[in-house]
Amino acid sequence: MTPGFLGGTLCVWRRDMESWRKYWKASLVGALGEPILALVAIGYGLGRFVDIDPGGAGVGYAQFLAPGILASAAMNAASFEATFGSFTRMTEQKTYDAILATPIGIREIVAGDALWAATKATLSGTAVLLVAVAAGLVRSPAACLLPAVALVVGLVFATMGLVVASRAQAYDFFTYYFTLVIAVMYFFSGIFFPLASLPGWARAVAWCLPLTHAVALSRACAAGTVGGAALLHLGVLVFVLGTSYALAVRLVGRRLIV
Amino acid sequence: MEAPIVAAAGLRKRYDKHEVVCGVDFTVRPRECFGLLGPNGAGKTTTIRMLTGFAPIDAGTLSVFGLPVGPADVRAIKSRIGVAPQEENLDPDLTVAKNLLIYASYFGIRGGDARARVAELLAFAALADRAADRIPTLSGGMKRRLVLARALVNRPRLLVLDEPTTGLDPQARHLVWERLRELKRSGVAMLLTTHYMEEAAQLCDRLVVMNHGRIIAEGTPRDLIERYVGREVVEIATGDDPGERARVAARCRALGGRVEEVGDHVLLYLDGAADARAVLAALASETLTHRRATLEDVFLTLTGRELRE
Repeated sequence: MTPGFLGGTLCVWRRDMESWRKYWKASLVGALGEPILALVAIGYGLGRFVDIDPGGAGVGYAQFLAPGILASAAMNAASFEATFGSFTRMTEQKTYDAILATPIGIREIVAGDALWAATKATLSGTAVLLVAVAAGLVRSPAACLLPAVALVVGLVFATMGLVVASRAQAYDFFTYYFTLVIAVMYFFSGIFFPLASLPGWARAVAWCLPLTHAVALSRACAAGTVGGAALLHLGVLVFVLGTSYALAVRLVGRRLIV
Repeated sequence: MEAPIVAAAGLRKRYDKHEVVCGVDFTVRPRECFGLLGPNGAGKTTTIRMLTGFAPIDAGTLSVFGLPVGPADVRAIKSRIGVAPQEENLDPDLTVAKNLLIYASYFGIRGGDARARVAELLAFAALADRAADRIPTLSGGMKRRLVLARALVNRPRLLVLDEPTTGLDPQARHLVWERLRELKRSGVAMLLTTHYMEEAAQLCDRLVVMNHGRIIAEGTPRDLIERYVGREVVEIATGDDPGERARVAARCRALGGRVEEVGDHVLLYLDGAADARAVLAALASETLTHRRATLEDVFLTLTGRELRE
Protein backbone atom coordinates (compact mmCIF):
# COMPACT_ATOMS: atom_id res chain seq x y z
CA MET A 1 0.00 0.00 0.00
CA THR A 2 1.46 3.35 -1.07
CA PRO A 3 2.08 5.54 2.00
CA GLY A 4 -0.15 8.59 2.53
CA PHE A 5 0.98 11.97 3.81
CA LEU A 6 1.68 10.86 7.37
CA GLY A 7 3.23 7.54 6.36
CA GLY A 8 5.41 9.24 3.77
CA THR A 9 6.51 11.89 6.24
CA LEU A 10 7.55 9.20 8.71
CA CYS A 11 9.47 7.32 5.97
CA VAL A 12 11.52 10.45 5.25
CA TRP A 13 12.00 11.06 8.98
CA ARG A 14 13.22 7.51 9.40
CA ARG A 15 15.70 7.87 6.53
CA ASP A 16 17.20 10.92 8.23
CA MET A 17 17.26 9.24 11.63
CA GLU A 18 18.96 6.10 10.29
CA SER A 19 21.57 8.22 8.51
CA TRP A 20 22.31 10.09 11.72
CA ARG A 21 22.54 7.12 14.05
CA LYS A 22 26.20 6.58 13.27
CA TYR A 23 27.07 10.13 14.25
CA TRP A 24 24.77 10.60 17.23
CA LYS A 25 27.53 10.97 19.82
CA ALA A 26 29.37 13.75 18.04
CA SER A 27 26.09 15.36 17.16
CA LEU A 28 24.84 15.38 20.75
CA VAL A 29 28.05 16.86 22.10
CA GLY A 30 27.67 19.71 19.61
CA ALA A 31 24.00 20.24 20.31
CA LEU A 32 24.31 20.19 24.10
CA GLY A 33 27.69 21.69 24.74
CA GLU A 34 26.83 25.20 23.67
CA PRO A 35 23.55 25.75 25.54
CA ILE A 36 24.94 24.23 28.71
CA LEU A 37 28.05 26.42 28.49
CA ALA A 38 25.83 29.46 27.99
CA LEU A 39 23.74 28.52 31.00
CA VAL A 40 26.78 28.03 33.25
CA ALA A 41 28.99 30.86 32.01
CA ILE A 42 26.32 33.50 31.62
CA GLY A 43 23.81 32.30 34.17
CA TYR A 44 26.20 31.76 37.02
CA GLY A 45 29.21 33.76 35.89
CA LEU A 46 27.55 36.93 34.69
CA GLY A 47 24.45 36.34 36.79
CA ARG A 48 26.29 37.26 39.99
CA PHE A 49 26.54 40.84 38.76
CA VAL A 50 22.98 41.07 37.49
CA ASP A 51 20.00 42.05 39.55
CA ILE A 52 17.20 40.86 37.32
CA ASP A 53 14.67 40.89 40.10
CA PRO A 54 14.62 44.28 41.79
CA GLY A 55 11.22 43.47 43.29
CA GLY A 56 12.74 40.54 45.17
CA ALA A 57 10.37 37.76 44.13
CA GLY A 58 13.29 35.37 44.30
CA VAL A 59 14.05 34.80 40.61
CA GLY A 60 17.79 34.44 40.12
CA TYR A 61 19.39 35.28 36.78
CA ALA A 62 20.17 31.65 35.94
CA GLN A 63 16.54 30.86 36.57
CA PHE A 64 15.50 33.68 34.25
CA LEU A 65 17.94 32.53 31.62
CA ALA A 66 17.28 28.77 31.55
CA PRO A 67 13.95 28.68 29.60
CA GLY A 68 15.34 31.11 27.02
CA ILE A 69 18.46 29.01 26.53
CA LEU A 70 16.21 25.99 26.08
CA ALA A 71 14.24 27.73 23.34
CA SER A 72 17.40 28.95 21.61
CA ALA A 73 18.95 25.47 21.79
CA ALA A 74 15.89 24.14 19.98
CA MET A 75 16.13 26.97 17.44
CA ASN A 76 19.80 26.32 16.75
CA ALA A 77 19.52 22.55 16.46
CA ALA A 78 16.60 22.80 14.04
CA SER A 79 18.14 25.64 12.04
CA PHE A 80 21.42 23.83 11.46
CA GLU A 81 19.78 20.59 10.43
CA ALA A 82 17.25 22.27 8.11
CA THR A 83 19.84 24.46 6.38
CA PHE A 84 23.16 22.60 6.11
CA GLY A 85 21.61 19.14 6.44
CA SER A 86 18.64 19.61 4.14
CA PHE A 87 20.69 21.56 1.59
CA THR A 88 23.11 18.64 1.35
CA ARG A 89 20.21 16.26 0.77
CA MET A 90 18.64 18.64 -1.74
CA THR A 91 21.79 19.27 -3.79
CA GLU A 92 24.99 17.31 -3.23
CA GLN A 93 23.56 13.94 -2.24
CA LYS A 94 20.45 14.31 -4.43
CA THR A 95 18.50 12.45 -1.78
CA TYR A 96 15.35 14.42 -2.55
CA ASP A 97 15.59 13.41 -6.20
CA ALA A 98 15.95 9.77 -5.23
CA ILE A 99 12.84 9.99 -3.04
CA LEU A 100 10.86 11.91 -5.65
CA ALA A 101 11.22 9.00 -8.06
CA THR A 102 8.94 7.07 -5.66
CA PRO A 103 5.32 7.78 -4.65
CA ILE A 104 6.62 10.14 -1.91
CA GLY A 105 6.15 13.79 -2.93
CA ILE A 106 7.57 17.19 -2.02
CA ARG A 107 5.08 17.74 0.81
CA GLU A 108 6.18 14.60 2.63
CA ILE A 109 9.86 15.31 1.99
CA VAL A 110 9.62 18.80 3.49
CA ALA A 111 7.47 17.58 6.38
CA GLY A 112 9.75 14.61 7.09
CA ASP A 113 12.93 16.67 6.97
CA ALA A 114 11.34 19.33 9.21
CA LEU A 115 10.15 16.70 11.65
CA TRP A 116 13.63 15.26 11.81
CA ALA A 117 15.21 18.68 12.45
CA ALA A 118 12.55 19.25 15.13
CA THR A 119 13.41 15.88 16.65
CA LYS A 120 16.98 17.04 17.10
CA ALA A 121 15.63 20.29 18.55
CA THR A 122 13.57 18.29 21.03
CA LEU A 123 16.63 16.29 22.09
CA SER A 124 18.61 19.50 22.63
CA GLY A 125 15.77 21.22 24.48
CA THR A 126 15.17 18.20 26.70
CA ALA A 127 18.84 17.96 27.58
CA VAL A 128 18.86 21.63 28.63
CA LEU A 129 15.72 20.94 30.65
CA LEU A 130 17.38 18.05 32.48
CA VAL A 131 20.37 20.22 33.35
CA ALA A 132 18.08 23.04 34.51
CA VAL A 133 16.03 20.65 36.66
CA ALA A 134 19.17 19.13 38.16
CA ALA A 135 20.43 22.64 39.00
CA GLY A 136 17.13 23.50 40.64
CA LEU A 137 16.37 26.22 38.13
CA VAL A 138 13.02 24.80 37.05
CA ARG A 139 10.50 23.54 39.59
CA SER A 140 7.00 23.86 38.15
CA PRO A 141 5.24 20.65 37.04
CA ALA A 142 4.26 22.57 33.87
CA ALA A 143 7.93 22.19 32.87
CA CYS A 144 6.92 18.72 31.65
CA LEU A 145 5.51 20.59 28.64
CA LEU A 146 8.94 21.96 27.71
CA PRO A 147 9.99 19.06 25.40
CA ALA A 148 6.76 19.64 23.47
CA VAL A 149 7.59 23.36 23.33
CA ALA A 150 11.03 22.45 21.96
CA LEU A 151 9.33 20.29 19.31
CA VAL A 152 7.08 23.16 18.18
CA VAL A 153 9.96 25.64 18.22
CA GLY A 154 11.99 23.09 16.27
CA LEU A 155 9.28 22.73 13.63
CA VAL A 156 9.04 26.51 13.26
CA PHE A 157 12.77 26.98 12.73
CA ALA A 158 13.09 23.83 10.64
CA THR A 159 10.53 25.03 8.11
CA MET A 160 12.13 28.49 8.11
CA GLY A 161 15.52 26.86 7.52
CA LEU A 162 14.07 24.84 4.63
CA VAL A 163 12.80 28.03 3.02
CA VAL A 164 16.33 29.42 3.23
CA ALA A 165 17.89 26.16 1.99
CA SER A 166 15.55 26.09 -1.00
CA ARG A 167 16.96 29.45 -2.13
CA ALA A 168 20.62 28.81 -1.30
CA GLN A 169 23.19 28.40 -4.07
CA ALA A 170 26.04 27.38 -1.76
CA TYR A 171 26.74 26.70 1.91
CA ASP A 172 28.15 30.23 2.31
CA PHE A 173 24.65 31.57 1.90
CA PHE A 174 23.76 30.26 5.36
CA THR A 175 26.32 32.55 6.97
CA TYR A 176 24.00 35.46 6.17
CA TYR A 177 21.02 33.68 7.62
CA PHE A 178 22.81 32.75 10.82
CA THR A 179 24.40 36.15 11.45
CA LEU A 180 21.54 38.35 10.23
CA VAL A 181 18.54 36.34 11.40
CA ILE A 182 19.38 33.65 13.93
CA ALA A 183 22.01 35.64 15.87
CA VAL A 184 19.81 38.74 15.99
CA MET A 185 16.98 36.69 17.41
CA TYR A 186 19.30 35.06 19.90
CA PHE A 187 20.24 38.43 21.39
CA PHE A 188 16.96 40.35 21.10
CA SER A 189 14.24 37.86 21.94
CA GLY A 190 14.27 38.31 25.69
CA ILE A 191 16.63 35.47 26.51
CA PHE A 192 19.25 37.60 28.28
CA PHE A 193 17.20 40.56 29.51
CA PRO A 194 13.49 41.30 29.92
CA LEU A 195 11.99 43.02 26.87
CA ALA A 196 10.46 45.57 29.23
CA SER A 197 13.89 47.19 29.44
CA LEU A 198 13.81 48.03 25.71
CA PRO A 199 12.33 51.24 24.27
CA GLY A 200 8.81 50.86 22.89
CA TRP A 201 9.71 50.59 19.22
CA ALA A 202 12.39 48.00 19.87
CA ARG A 203 9.95 46.00 21.95
CA ALA A 204 7.47 46.09 19.05
CA VAL A 205 10.16 44.77 16.69
CA ALA A 206 11.14 42.09 19.18
CA TRP A 207 7.58 40.79 19.33
CA CYS A 208 7.71 40.26 15.58
CA LEU A 209 10.50 37.70 16.02
CA PRO A 210 9.31 34.11 16.34
CA LEU A 211 11.99 33.34 18.93
CA THR A 212 10.50 36.00 21.24
CA HIS A 213 7.27 34.01 21.38
CA ALA A 214 9.20 30.78 21.79
CA VAL A 215 11.11 32.21 24.76
CA ALA A 216 7.94 33.64 26.32
CA LEU A 217 6.15 30.30 25.94
CA SER A 218 9.10 28.40 27.34
CA ARG A 219 9.35 30.78 30.30
CA ALA A 220 5.64 30.45 31.05
CA CYS A 221 5.97 26.66 31.16
CA ALA A 222 9.07 26.82 33.35
CA ALA A 223 7.38 29.20 35.76
CA GLY A 224 4.08 27.33 35.74
CA THR A 225 2.12 30.35 34.49
CA VAL A 226 0.53 28.68 31.46
CA GLY A 227 -2.49 30.77 30.57
CA GLY A 228 -4.03 32.87 27.82
CA ALA A 229 -0.77 34.65 27.02
CA ALA A 230 1.05 31.34 26.58
CA LEU A 231 -1.67 30.14 24.20
CA LEU A 232 -1.30 33.32 22.21
CA HIS A 233 2.45 32.72 21.87
CA LEU A 234 1.74 29.16 20.79
CA GLY A 235 -0.77 30.49 18.26
CA VAL A 236 1.84 32.83 16.76
CA LEU A 237 4.34 29.96 16.50
CA VAL A 238 1.79 27.69 14.83
CA PHE A 239 0.96 30.46 12.38
CA VAL A 240 4.64 30.96 11.48
CA LEU A 241 4.99 27.20 11.15
CA GLY A 242 2.04 26.90 8.78
CA THR A 243 3.22 29.80 6.64
CA SER A 244 6.82 28.72 6.34
CA TYR A 245 5.85 25.08 5.70
CA ALA A 246 3.62 26.13 2.80
CA LEU A 247 6.37 28.39 1.46
CA ALA A 248 9.03 25.69 1.84
CA VAL A 249 6.89 23.16 -0.08
CA ARG A 250 6.43 25.66 -2.86
CA LEU A 251 10.05 26.72 -3.10
CA VAL A 252 11.57 23.26 -2.79
CA GLY A 253 9.12 22.13 -5.49
CA ARG A 254 10.14 24.98 -7.72
CA ARG A 255 13.78 24.08 -7.27
CA LEU A 256 13.45 20.36 -7.95
CA ILE A 257 10.60 20.09 -10.45
CA VAL A 258 11.72 22.17 -13.42
CA MET B 1 -2.34 -5.05 -30.15
CA GLU B 2 -1.65 -4.55 -26.44
CA ALA B 3 -1.93 -1.02 -25.04
CA PRO B 4 1.45 0.71 -24.98
CA ILE B 5 3.27 1.20 -21.66
CA VAL B 6 4.37 4.71 -22.63
CA ALA B 7 2.79 6.91 -25.29
CA ALA B 8 4.22 10.34 -26.11
CA ALA B 9 2.78 12.63 -28.76
CA GLY B 10 3.93 16.10 -29.70
CA LEU B 11 5.91 16.35 -26.47
CA ARG B 12 7.61 19.71 -25.91
CA LYS B 13 9.73 21.32 -23.22
CA ARG B 14 11.27 24.75 -23.13
CA TYR B 15 13.84 26.21 -20.71
CA ASP B 16 13.86 30.00 -20.91
CA LYS B 17 14.03 30.72 -24.62
CA HIS B 18 15.62 27.44 -25.56
CA GLU B 19 13.34 24.60 -26.60
CA VAL B 20 15.09 21.36 -25.61
CA VAL B 21 12.37 18.91 -26.62
CA CYS B 22 10.56 20.04 -29.77
CA GLY B 23 7.64 17.77 -30.54
CA VAL B 24 8.58 14.18 -29.83
CA ASP B 25 6.38 11.12 -30.56
CA PHE B 26 7.14 7.58 -29.49
CA THR B 27 5.62 4.56 -27.79
CA VAL B 28 7.08 1.88 -25.59
CA ARG B 29 5.32 -1.47 -25.92
CA PRO B 30 4.93 -4.10 -23.24
CA ARG B 31 8.04 -6.21 -22.59
CA GLU B 32 10.20 -4.27 -25.01
CA CYS B 33 13.44 -2.38 -24.46
CA PHE B 34 13.15 0.99 -26.12
CA GLY B 35 16.19 3.20 -26.59
CA LEU B 36 16.52 6.97 -26.72
CA LEU B 37 19.83 7.70 -28.43
CA GLY B 38 21.44 11.01 -29.11
CA PRO B 39 24.44 13.20 -28.40
CA ASN B 40 24.68 15.29 -25.23
CA GLY B 41 22.02 17.98 -25.26
CA ALA B 42 19.73 16.09 -27.64
CA GLY B 43 16.86 16.14 -25.12
CA LYS B 44 16.99 12.52 -23.92
CA THR B 45 17.28 13.24 -20.21
CA THR B 46 14.63 15.97 -20.39
CA THR B 47 12.25 13.52 -22.06
CA ILE B 48 12.86 11.06 -19.24
CA ARG B 49 12.44 13.77 -16.62
CA MET B 50 9.02 14.60 -18.06
CA LEU B 51 8.06 10.96 -17.95
CA THR B 52 9.10 10.54 -14.31
CA GLY B 53 7.38 13.72 -13.14
CA PHE B 54 10.56 15.77 -12.60
CA ALA B 55 9.79 18.24 -15.38
CA PRO B 56 6.32 19.61 -16.12
CA ILE B 57 5.26 19.11 -19.74
CA ASP B 58 4.88 22.31 -21.79
CA ALA B 59 2.85 20.85 -24.65
CA GLY B 60 1.80 17.51 -26.10
CA THR B 61 0.56 14.42 -24.35
CA LEU B 62 2.40 11.79 -22.38
CA SER B 63 0.84 8.80 -20.73
CA VAL B 64 2.28 5.91 -18.76
CA PHE B 65 0.19 2.74 -18.27
CA GLY B 66 -2.62 4.71 -19.93
CA LEU B 67 -2.54 7.37 -17.18
CA PRO B 68 -1.72 10.93 -18.23
CA VAL B 69 1.50 12.17 -16.58
CA GLY B 70 0.47 15.01 -14.30
CA PRO B 71 -0.26 15.88 -10.67
CA ALA B 72 -3.42 13.75 -10.47
CA ASP B 73 -1.84 10.40 -11.31
CA VAL B 74 1.81 10.96 -10.53
CA ARG B 75 1.75 8.74 -7.43
CA ALA B 76 -0.03 5.91 -9.19
CA ILE B 77 2.51 6.07 -12.01
CA LYS B 78 5.54 6.29 -9.75
CA SER B 79 4.37 3.35 -7.67
CA ARG B 80 4.62 1.16 -10.80
CA ILE B 81 7.84 2.38 -12.41
CA GLY B 82 11.47 2.01 -11.39
CA VAL B 83 13.93 4.81 -12.07
CA ALA B 84 17.70 4.39 -12.28
CA PRO B 85 19.04 7.93 -12.64
CA GLN B 86 22.22 8.96 -14.39
CA GLU B 87 23.74 10.44 -11.25
CA GLU B 88 24.29 8.07 -8.38
CA ASN B 89 22.10 9.28 -5.49
CA LEU B 90 22.38 6.50 -2.95
CA ASP B 91 22.31 7.36 0.75
CA PRO B 92 25.99 7.55 1.68
CA ASP B 93 25.45 7.17 5.43
CA LEU B 94 23.35 4.02 5.14
CA THR B 95 24.54 0.50 4.46
CA VAL B 96 23.83 -1.26 1.19
CA ALA B 97 20.93 -3.22 2.70
CA LYS B 98 19.53 -0.18 4.53
CA ASN B 99 19.53 1.78 1.28
CA LEU B 100 17.19 -0.82 -0.18
CA LEU B 101 15.07 -1.23 2.96
CA ILE B 102 14.47 2.50 3.31
CA TYR B 103 13.69 2.79 -0.39
CA ALA B 104 11.21 -0.07 -0.08
CA SER B 105 9.42 1.85 2.67
CA TYR B 106 8.74 4.69 0.23
CA PHE B 107 6.59 2.24 -1.71
CA GLY B 108 4.86 1.00 1.42
CA ILE B 109 6.85 -2.26 1.46
CA ARG B 110 7.94 -3.01 5.02
CA GLY B 111 8.68 -5.71 7.58
CA GLY B 112 9.25 -9.27 6.38
CA ASP B 113 8.19 -8.49 2.81
CA ALA B 114 10.80 -5.76 2.61
CA ARG B 115 13.54 -7.95 4.05
CA ALA B 116 12.74 -10.78 1.66
CA ARG B 117 12.72 -8.42 -1.33
CA VAL B 118 16.02 -6.86 -0.26
CA ALA B 119 17.66 -10.28 0.04
CA GLU B 120 16.46 -11.15 -3.48
CA LEU B 121 17.75 -7.89 -4.90
CA LEU B 122 21.12 -8.18 -3.19
CA ALA B 123 21.56 -11.58 -4.79
CA PHE B 124 20.43 -10.23 -8.16
CA ALA B 125 22.93 -7.37 -7.96
CA ALA B 126 25.72 -9.69 -6.75
CA LEU B 127 26.03 -7.57 -3.60
CA ALA B 128 24.94 -10.05 -0.92
CA ASP B 129 28.40 -10.08 0.65
CA ARG B 130 28.44 -6.27 0.80
CA ALA B 131 25.05 -5.88 2.52
CA ALA B 132 26.50 -4.37 5.70
CA ASP B 133 28.98 -2.04 3.96
CA ARG B 134 28.47 1.65 3.52
CA ILE B 135 28.19 3.25 0.09
CA PRO B 136 31.56 5.07 -0.08
CA THR B 137 33.35 1.71 0.15
CA LEU B 138 31.70 0.40 -3.06
CA SER B 139 33.22 0.51 -6.55
CA GLY B 140 31.51 2.38 -9.38
CA GLY B 141 30.11 -0.85 -10.81
CA MET B 142 28.71 -1.92 -7.44
CA LYS B 143 27.01 1.44 -6.97
CA ARG B 144 25.43 1.15 -10.41
CA ARG B 145 24.16 -2.34 -9.63
CA LEU B 146 22.76 -1.09 -6.34
CA VAL B 147 21.00 1.81 -8.09
CA LEU B 148 19.52 -0.74 -10.50
CA ALA B 149 18.48 -3.04 -7.64
CA ARG B 150 16.91 -0.08 -5.85
CA ALA B 151 14.88 0.76 -8.95
CA LEU B 152 13.46 -2.78 -8.88
CA VAL B 153 12.36 -2.76 -5.26
CA ASN B 154 8.67 -2.23 -6.16
CA ARG B 155 8.69 -4.86 -8.97
CA PRO B 156 8.09 -2.19 -11.63
CA ARG B 157 6.43 -2.94 -14.95
CA LEU B 158 8.51 -0.21 -16.55
CA LEU B 159 12.15 0.45 -15.81
CA VAL B 160 13.55 3.84 -16.78
CA LEU B 161 17.32 3.80 -17.20
CA ASP B 162 19.25 7.01 -17.82
CA GLU B 163 22.69 6.05 -19.15
CA PRO B 164 22.92 2.92 -17.03
CA THR B 165 26.57 2.10 -17.72
CA THR B 166 28.24 5.48 -18.25
CA GLY B 167 31.63 5.50 -16.58
CA LEU B 168 31.86 1.74 -15.99
CA ASP B 169 34.71 -0.51 -17.05
CA PRO B 170 33.92 -3.25 -19.60
CA GLN B 171 33.51 -6.02 -17.01
CA ALA B 172 31.11 -3.96 -14.93
CA ARG B 173 29.23 -2.89 -18.04
CA HIS B 174 28.74 -6.45 -19.27
CA LEU B 175 27.44 -7.52 -15.86
CA VAL B 176 24.85 -4.72 -15.94
CA TRP B 177 23.82 -5.70 -19.48
CA GLU B 178 23.44 -9.30 -18.45
CA ARG B 179 21.14 -8.26 -15.59
CA LEU B 180 19.10 -6.02 -17.86
CA ARG B 181 18.63 -8.84 -20.38
CA GLU B 182 17.51 -11.08 -17.53
CA LEU B 183 14.93 -8.48 -16.51
CA LYS B 184 13.72 -8.14 -20.06
CA ARG B 185 13.17 -11.87 -20.27
CA SER B 186 11.08 -11.63 -17.11
CA GLY B 187 8.73 -9.23 -18.91
CA VAL B 188 9.81 -5.80 -17.62
CA ALA B 189 9.53 -3.04 -20.23
CA MET B 190 12.49 -0.68 -20.40
CA LEU B 191 13.11 2.82 -21.56
CA LEU B 192 16.82 3.43 -21.86
CA THR B 193 18.90 6.43 -22.79
CA THR B 194 22.46 5.95 -23.84
CA HIS B 195 25.14 7.34 -26.05
CA TYR B 196 26.93 4.02 -26.23
CA MET B 197 25.87 2.51 -29.50
CA GLU B 198 27.07 -0.91 -28.51
CA GLU B 199 24.77 -0.74 -25.49
CA ALA B 200 21.82 0.14 -27.68
CA ALA B 201 22.67 -2.65 -30.11
CA GLN B 202 22.97 -5.15 -27.27
CA LEU B 203 19.78 -4.26 -25.44
CA CYS B 204 17.25 -2.35 -27.51
CA ASP B 205 14.45 -3.93 -29.54
CA ARG B 206 13.60 -0.56 -31.04
CA LEU B 207 15.14 2.84 -30.72
CA VAL B 208 14.93 6.43 -31.79
CA VAL B 209 17.81 8.77 -32.49
CA MET B 210 17.30 12.27 -31.12
CA ASN B 211 19.16 15.40 -32.15
CA HIS B 212 18.50 18.98 -31.07
CA GLY B 213 15.24 17.98 -29.38
CA ARG B 214 13.78 16.07 -32.34
CA ILE B 215 13.52 12.44 -33.30
CA ILE B 216 15.44 12.03 -36.55
CA ALA B 217 15.24 8.27 -37.02
CA GLU B 218 13.31 5.36 -35.62
CA GLY B 219 13.50 1.60 -36.01
CA THR B 220 15.19 -1.60 -34.90
CA PRO B 221 18.99 -1.45 -34.71
CA ARG B 222 19.26 -3.65 -37.83
CA ASP B 223 16.76 -1.53 -39.79
CA LEU B 224 18.57 1.66 -38.95
CA ILE B 225 21.93 0.27 -39.99
CA GLU B 226 20.62 -0.96 -43.33
CA ARG B 227 18.61 2.17 -43.99
CA TYR B 228 21.26 4.76 -43.18
CA VAL B 229 24.67 3.19 -43.75
CA GLY B 230 24.29 -0.16 -45.48
CA ARG B 231 25.75 -3.43 -44.30
CA GLU B 232 29.47 -2.95 -44.59
CA VAL B 233 32.10 -0.27 -44.23
CA VAL B 234 35.58 -0.01 -45.66
CA GLU B 235 37.95 2.23 -43.71
CA ILE B 236 41.08 3.35 -45.53
CA ALA B 237 43.94 4.93 -43.60
CA THR B 238 45.45 7.88 -45.46
CA GLY B 239 47.86 9.45 -43.02
CA ASP B 240 47.95 13.17 -42.30
CA ASP B 241 48.32 14.38 -45.89
CA PRO B 242 45.05 16.01 -47.09
CA GLY B 243 46.09 15.53 -50.71
CA GLU B 244 46.43 11.80 -50.17
CA ARG B 245 43.05 11.72 -48.44
CA ALA B 246 41.39 13.55 -51.35
CA ARG B 247 42.98 11.10 -53.81
CA VAL B 248 41.66 8.07 -51.90
CA ALA B 249 38.22 9.67 -51.50
CA ALA B 250 38.01 10.30 -55.25
CA ARG B 251 38.99 6.72 -55.93
CA CYS B 252 36.28 5.47 -53.57
CA ARG B 253 33.63 7.71 -55.09
CA ALA B 254 34.37 6.21 -58.45
CA LEU B 255 33.49 2.80 -57.00
CA GLY B 256 30.01 3.91 -55.89
CA GLY B 257 28.59 4.03 -52.37
CA ARG B 258 28.69 6.91 -49.91
CA VAL B 259 32.11 8.29 -49.01
CA GLU B 260 33.09 10.25 -45.93
CA GLU B 261 36.45 11.88 -45.14
CA VAL B 262 37.30 11.94 -41.44
CA GLY B 263 40.66 13.02 -40.01
CA ASP B 264 43.30 10.63 -41.27
CA HIS B 265 41.03 8.14 -43.00
CA VAL B 266 38.29 7.72 -45.56
CA LEU B 267 35.10 5.74 -44.98
CA LEU B 268 33.29 3.98 -47.81
CA TYR B 269 29.79 2.74 -46.92
CA LEU B 270 28.68 -0.22 -48.99
CA ASP B 271 24.97 -0.80 -49.29
CA GLY B 272 23.59 -4.21 -50.14
CA ALA B 273 23.80 -3.57 -53.89
CA ALA B 274 27.52 -2.90 -54.10
CA ASP B 275 29.74 -5.86 -54.76
CA ALA B 276 32.00 -5.83 -51.73
CA ARG B 277 34.48 -8.26 -53.25
CA ALA B 278 34.95 -6.12 -56.38
CA VAL B 279 35.39 -2.98 -54.29
CA LEU B 280 37.95 -4.63 -52.06
CA ALA B 281 39.86 -5.91 -55.06
CA ALA B 282 39.90 -2.43 -56.60
CA LEU B 283 41.26 -0.93 -53.37
CA ALA B 284 43.73 -3.72 -52.69
CA SER B 285 46.72 -1.36 -52.86
CA GLU B 286 45.40 0.76 -49.93
CA THR B 287 45.74 0.13 -46.17
CA LEU B 288 42.16 -0.82 -45.39
CA THR B 289 39.87 -2.37 -42.84
CA HIS B 290 36.68 -4.06 -43.94
CA ARG B 291 34.01 -4.38 -41.23
CA ARG B 292 30.29 -4.66 -40.67
CA ALA B 293 28.40 -1.40 -40.32
CA THR B 294 27.34 -0.58 -36.76
CA LEU B 295 24.89 1.68 -34.99
CA GLU B 296 27.79 3.98 -34.32
CA ASP B 297 28.05 4.62 -38.06
CA VAL B 298 24.32 5.39 -38.12
CA PHE B 299 24.65 7.68 -35.17
CA LEU B 300 27.55 9.67 -36.61
CA THR B 301 25.91 9.82 -40.03
CA LEU B 302 22.71 11.20 -38.54
CA THR B 303 24.03 13.51 -35.84
CA GLY B 304 27.28 14.64 -37.43
CA ARG B 305 30.81 14.48 -36.12
CA GLU B 306 31.21 17.90 -34.57
CA LEU B 307 31.72 18.00 -30.81
CA ARG B 308 28.73 18.79 -28.62
CA GLU B 309 28.80 21.18 -25.65
